[in-house]
Amino acid sequence: MGYYSSYYSIGFPSFLVVVIALYLLFTGSGEAFNVGRFLEETSPFVWGSLGIGLCIGLSVLGAGWGIFLTGSSILGGGVRTPRISTKNLISIIFCEVVAIYGVIMGIVYSAKLQNVPEAQLYTRENYFTGYAMFFGGLTVGLCNLFCGLCVGVAGSTAALADAADPTLFVKVLVVEVFGSVLGLFGLIVGLLMIGNATEFTAGTPVTSTAARALASPYVY
Amino acid sequence: MEGLFFNVNSGFLEGIVRGYKAGILTQGHYASLTQCESLDDFKTQLSATDYGNFLANEPSPLSTATISDRATQILVDQFNFIRSNAVEPLGKFLDYITYGYMIDNVVLLITGTLHERDTHELLERCHPLGVFDTMPALCVATNVEELYQSVLVETPLAPYFRDCLSAADLDDLNIEIIRNTVYKAYLEDFYNFVGTMGSPTSEVMQLILAFEADRRTINITINSFDTELSKEQRAKLFPAIGRLFPEGNNVLAKAEDIDQVRQVCDNISEYRSFFDNSTAAQGNGANHDVGELGVAAQLEDRFFRMEVHLNKQAFMQQFQYGVFYSYMKLKEQEIRNVTWIAECIAQDARDRIQDFIPIF
Repeated sequence: MGYYSSYYSIGFPSFLVVVIALYLLFTGSGEAFNVGRFLEETSPFVWGSLGIGLCIGLSVLGAGWGIFLTGSSILGGGVRTPRISTKNLISIIFCEVVAIYGVIMGIVYSAKLQNVPEAQLYTRENYFTGYAMFFGGLTVGLCNLFCGLCVGVAGSTAALADAADPTLFVKVLVVEVFGSVLGLFGLIVGLLMIGNATEFTAGTPVTSTAARALASPYVY
Repeated sequence: MEGLFFNVNSGFLEGIVRGYKAGILTQGHYASLTQCESLDDFKTQLSATDYGNFLANEPSPLSTATISDRATQILVDQFNFIRSNAVEPLGKFLDYITYGYMIDNVVLLITGTLHERDTHELLERCHPLGVFDTMPALCVATNVEELYQSVLVETPLAPYFRDCLSAADLDDLNIEIIRNTVYKAYLEDFYNFVGTMGSPTSEVMQLILAFEADRRTINITINSFDTELSKEQRAKLFPAIGRLFPEGNNVLAKAEDIDQVRQVCDNISEYRSFFDNSTAAQGNGANHDVGELGVAAQLEDRFFRMEVHLNKQAFMQQFQYGVFYSYMKLKEQEIRNVTWIAECIAQDARDRIQDFIPIF
């Protein structure tokens, strides 16, 4: 069963890709697959908004995941030793902090978003801002996702260890604190990445006429 | 990876089981229990532990059987609570734990039917963990053929019986042979099942089950000396898993005396101590001439110690299902301990009161 589903999940998408690629090639529109043009013609707003979305979305995913990992263990362990439930809320807070990092970065990033008329959008600076926001957001999001998982697993262990032996709580908590710092690294790097990017501003497009003229029939 | 998904379905129950495990009696508890003068004293001491006042409603001349029954009832209640909260694959795993007790119960009913006893009164003697809904239906059977058919239809044990035994076998074979044949099939099936559960569970559980298989293999070998059980039959009863399998099992199948068993066990470092007489001296002082029976009794004790050790190890790892099995086994051992101490107090056998197996 496992083998079949993994064959299917890997095989079917690659089959689709091959079919579409061959279709484009044999119908004389092989040039529709053009990475450079795709990057040029995609609006910087798309990159910027995707960056914000990934940043907050992945952070919340990580935080939520961590909280349910920790929470279920606290609930279970708290049945016999109710004292752990208040103490171990600190693990939940560590997870929650991860989501707050995501929110902070989302707010910082969205400050860069300004409404710019399309004719004046495709400038070098705006491209940079778009890419910086996308990849900065991705960095922060992934960092926070893994940080959330790490804190969640450590927090779950901390809860059960505390239930078994109260002296272990501080020791495991130290491990958890170091796990939670990982998210902060992502936050710092994300801030640095956006540091040199300006807001979206109206300007003279560098390649606007060329880009318009070369647009493929599949891009409107 | 297991840490990412285990808690979705079983994190709560794992926490509960670890909480239960924290309630297992410690050395300190045992020390005060062994000081008791009477069973009423004993009851008061127990009420200070996690057992609480489980004996509160019992009439005053307390018997050890009552203590054992009530303690087992607590374990069964805990198990049922976990079972009713469990989702797959934990549910299936817990069901597998009950199959072991079911086999004992069914074998008990078979014995009753063979000797034409009233099987309804046997129902009360069945282990409560191995009770299944349709068990009273088994009592309707008046002869072995009917019983065999209803076991196949009514119980989850059908695959084990179907593959290993026929109705005629139930009549002809010794009851212990039937039990061991079915148990072998059960152990192998359980072993394969935990193998499908993925890494941490399978590692922990297969270690424990491998030991269980080896223990049965050695026990069967020792018990079959000087009996009419042929060597081919003996070899058929050995589970095809465990650390002695296959080489050790082959030697054991041909073994004639206990020295050969000892040689086989010497090949595995953990099992080497089972036949080591030098450390036994601190146990009860008389190791000069224990004889074959004495060795077997000592061996049983060491098997239990080893089992407790392995089950304790299972708690060292989080995010795996082995803790559920291990908790059941540890608690069973604890009930045996408590019963033993109560028995010693009741019969005033102070010199043997320390012969229990401490867990923590």
